[in-house]
Amino acid sequence: MWKWLHPYAKPEITYHFTGKILPWFSYLATILLSIGIVWALLFAPADYQQGDSFRIFYLHVPAASLSMGIYVGMATAALCSLVWQLKLADASAAAMAPVGATFTLIALITGAAWGKPMWGTWWIWDARLTSELILLFLYLGVIALHNAFEDKTLAGKAAAILTLVGVINIPIIKYSVEWWNTLHQGATVSKLGKPSMTMDMFWPFVFCFLGFALLVATIICIRFRTEILARNSMRPWVRELVEKVEG
Amino acid sequence: MQFDSINAFFNMGGYAFYVWLSYGVSTCLLVALFFSSKANNQKIIKKIAQRQKRENKLRQAAKLQNEQNKQNKQNKQNEKNTITSSEEKS
Repeated sequence: MWKWLHPYAKPEITYHFTGKILPWFSYLATILLSIGIVWALLFAPADYQQGDSFRIFYLHVPAASLSMGIYVGMATAALCSLVWQLKLADASAAAMAPVGATFTLIALITGAAWGKPMWGTWWIWDARLTSELILLFLYLGVIALHNAFEDKTLAGKAAAILTLVGVINIPIIKYSVEWWNTLHQGATVSKLGKPSMTMDMFWPFVFCFLGFALLVATIICIRFRTEILARNSMRPWVRELVEKVEG
Repeated sequence: MQFDSINAFFNMGGYAFYVWLSYGVSTCLLVALFFSSKANNQKIIKKIAQRQKRENKLRQAAKLQNEQNKQNKQNKQNEKNTITSSEEKS
């Protein structure tokens, strides 16, 4: 596997490879998201208790789980960059942070808009909400560190350490609804075995989730390519490429 | 189809504000993220291209200067040669 993976540590090859898969990601994301959102808004049955406010679920849950998923991905990249000093891992971590921050913000806002009609409050300092807010601050800290130093290697190192320290927050978010008595409900979808919702509510969720995941992949790809270009701007292959594009 | 009319759809069973707030804000944030990422990509390419142009210009200027210097030197040498040769003649 290492032999197969090895060429992808070369920025030029990774740049061209991501350029090839990027359109597929974006097309699939567009298709799945349009099916998923239309299904969620128009065809999914209303919840028997929550009525149509339940439709926020199709944004809130994918955004929240992706915000954690992106963080785990970023932490993996941070570990690789610290241990093996892979420059590309640094670039990918820098590409992931803003996307993760946006999804965390979406999870918080949609959560507030769902909490107001259901719980009667926009915000409450309960374990799930507070730990998710801390996740947002962790993302903002990582972004700030990436931009705080002129030297990208140094910036990457600092951001990687913060990322790895912050990993402790992920299991706290995940299990907060079980460890503490919270207002937030327990897991509905990500349980082992059967999800506790009917299939005609579950399928649109699958489309939405995969659509958002592919959208994340698309945006991370674009940002990753930007980071590669910025970090390799003196290399001959970048010079050739830029000359070709800009004429 | 869960809704009988367009009005019922926009009303969202009385939860219109919360549902459309969620969908609206999410769409705005994602669209902004997507296009800012694209714009960043273009900006970096432009920046690198500009620097390259500047470097090329500097290189050309240096070349020109070099040639001029050489020419000047040659001219001086020639002058010297002519002077010395004329001195020799006299």
